Amino acid sequence: MEFAALSLYNQAIILFAALALFTSFIMLAQARMMPLIFTFAWQGLLLTVVSVLVAIASGHPQLHISAAITFCLKVVVIPYLLYRLSARLNMQYDAEVIEHPTLLLLGGVALVIFSYHVSQSIIHLSGLATRNTIAVSMAIELLGMLLMCARKSAVAQVIGFMSMESGIFFAAVVSTYGMPLIVELGLAFDILVASILFGVFFFHLRDSFGSLNVGQFNRLSEANQPMPSPEATEPSSGERS
Amino acid sequence: MTLLEITLLAPLLGGLLLALLGHRPIAGWINIAVGMATFGAALVMALEVFEHGPQLSAGRMFYIDAFNVYLVVLTAFVGLTTSIFSRPYMRHEVERGRVTDRRLRLYHSMYQCFLFSMLLALSTNNLGVLWVAMELATLTTVLLVSLYRTPEAIEAAWKYFILCGVGIAQALFGTVLIYFAAESKLGGDRDDTLLWTVLHSVAGGGLDPAVITLAFVFLLVGYGTKVGLVPLHNWLPDAHSEGPTPMSAVLSGLLLNVALYALVRVKMLVDASLHTNLAGNLMMGFGLLSFTVAGLFLHRQHDVKRMFSYSSIEHMGLITFGFGMGGPLATFGALLHMTVHSLTKSAIFITVGHACQLAGTQRIDQIRGLIRTQPAIGWGLLLGTVAIAGFPPFGVFISEFLLLMATMKAWPWLTIPLLVGFGVAFAGLARHVQRMVFGEPPPGQKPVEANMLPVVVHLFLVLWLGLAIPGFLARWFEQATVLISGASPL
Repeated sequence: MEFAALSLYNQAIILFAALALFTSFIMLAQARMMPLIFTFAWQGLLLTVVSVLVAIASGHPQLHISAAITFCLKVVVIPYLLYRLSARLNMQYDAEVIEHPTLLLLGGVALVIFSYHVSQSIIHLSGLATRNTIAVSMAIELLGMLLMCARKSAVAQVIGFMSMESGIFFAAVVSTYGMPLIVELGLAFDILVASILFGVFFFHLRDSFGSLNVGQFNRLSEANQPMPSPEATEPSSGERS
Repeated sequence: MTLLEITLLAPLLGGLLLALLGHRPIAGWINIAVGMATFGAALVMALEVFEHGPQLSAGRMFYIDAFNVYLVVLTAFVGLTTSIFSRPYMRHEVERGRVTDRRLRLYHSMYQCFLFSMLLALSTNNLGVLWVAMELATLTTVLLVSLYRTPEAIEAAWKYFILCGVGIAQALFGTVLIYFAAESKLGGDRDDTLLWTVLHSVAGGGLDPAVITLAFVFLLVGYGTKVGLVPLHNWLPDAHSEGPTPMSAVLSGLLLNVALYALVRVKMLVDASLHTNLAGNLMMGFGLLSFTVAGLFLHRQHDVKRMFSYSSIEHMGLITFGFGMGGPLATFGALLHMTVHSLTKSAIFITVGHACQLAGTQRIDQIRGLIRTQPAIGWGLLLGTVAIAGFPPFGVFISEFLLLMATMKAWPWLTIPLLVGFGVAFAGLARHVQRMVFGEPPPGQKPVEANMLPVVVHLFLVLWLGLAIPGFLARWFEQATVLISGASPL
């Protein structure tokens, strides 16, 4: 691993990718809503910086468009939407209880190691910088998924979802210098619609369940009759697995 | 304007128009008219493809061959018949006060947008656009699942959104990996690397096997979630049972097919570049697991729509198993099964929708005596169930028989779990349906306004396919089989 032998641009790319991975861990452990949303925005910003650096280092000007899309969606629009919704639902100071935080973070570490292990198999295709960044992007995706599995709050699940999406977008930027433009635009459109729909759902959830805690979902499960009494329910963690 | 453009634009423009007019009484008719335009264009296009072979559109954006054109026709057809059913059904829902004007507009508009996204997914030549269209299909249906705004519906829709969102994100990662493999082979300066036709032509030259294997695993998990393969099936019974019934009919009859189509397209690439049976074996494993588990779950259901959605999982598992086995006979059987399952299952959901309106509930133990209150619905449900369970005069029997034959040739031991599975699934369906169809009707149960035309047409087609597959259709399936498996079954 001769990091010093890499060009400065590549070193900076690895540095910012590592920082983005670090923000994923922060999100995993962050119980309060507002800092969670801000951390997500920071991750978006870091990934934007990486995209710009890759664009300059590799001479692919179309990556600037990807960077702009990432910036608009992940740093401005989605965090702003989530922020405003949390404020309107009066939950910006809410914090949820994270069960087994140590185990969760160790699980995250295991996922990072797993990502590096998987990306070893594609060593011969690319250089050092790409290999690291592919592993990091896969780790960001998997950590987003872990966040979704571990949390019961709808907001945290949305953040996990968007973080997964960021990880994949990042993978496309570093491994193939972006997807074809039409695909990127379609992707951005889908994510935008998804974030608006999530917002709609927050209100529906609050109206139906009184809170955004999806851990209390228990009406649809194989273990129950269609209309279960509230006490005769399965643990909610089994439902979303 | 080409026929393909009409096929795609009709539902898109129809969706926009219905976003404005969807709450008017005429909306149901507009919905049907748009469905007819789509189906007509798709049919003529199919005949053209049948005569002149695969078509590549001008900008290479769209690619139509024997495999996807028949799914396009099927999608347009079931979309049309379901829209015929949905007109009286939704009017009844409005009268019962379950749907407001605004939601009715949303329903009509999203119905057409959903059809558009599926037709786009089927006809596009670009794997990235295929992904975008699949995600769009989720987005357009998620608000329809929660249309009734009951806590159950909201819960089902949230689950659907999150699970399918996560699943389909894996498929995007797989798509990126395929792009990565293709780009390192072709060089990075082209903009057509993600086109399926380009990928398929270079796949034989060997894309990096490690990357392709990894990509297929991600794609299988991703699109497999949408197909409803066990253990990723949790969203499916919920979404089917809580949404309005026309939605269940198109979700079950069409969306699952489209997701499986995406998976099979990718499998064709993977097979060509790996020269092993890895993709097929994975699909066989997941397919058989889904088939078995869903068959068992049929027995424990209390909700009629939930029960039939488990039956969908079971049949999709069987089709995935068939495609996974490869080989001309299995592929032919799987293609035929896709068709007859779509037709039968949407017919069943249409009947079930009327039955639920008749009984005022979806609970199996409260639906009784359908055949005495309204014979058309009772017979429809009975015949539909007989057909889907795979009894001889119907087409499902033929396709299941073909799949069984193929299994017996290639993997003789696996015929045992298949046969047991058929038996278990039939028992599960029969024990519930028998009581709903016969039995003593509860006092005061009155017939409802029902349009059984779609059911009759669907079941007639399934019966026809069971008695004799028309020559042109057989040749069509054969072309598709040759395309997928590389050899002819006939």
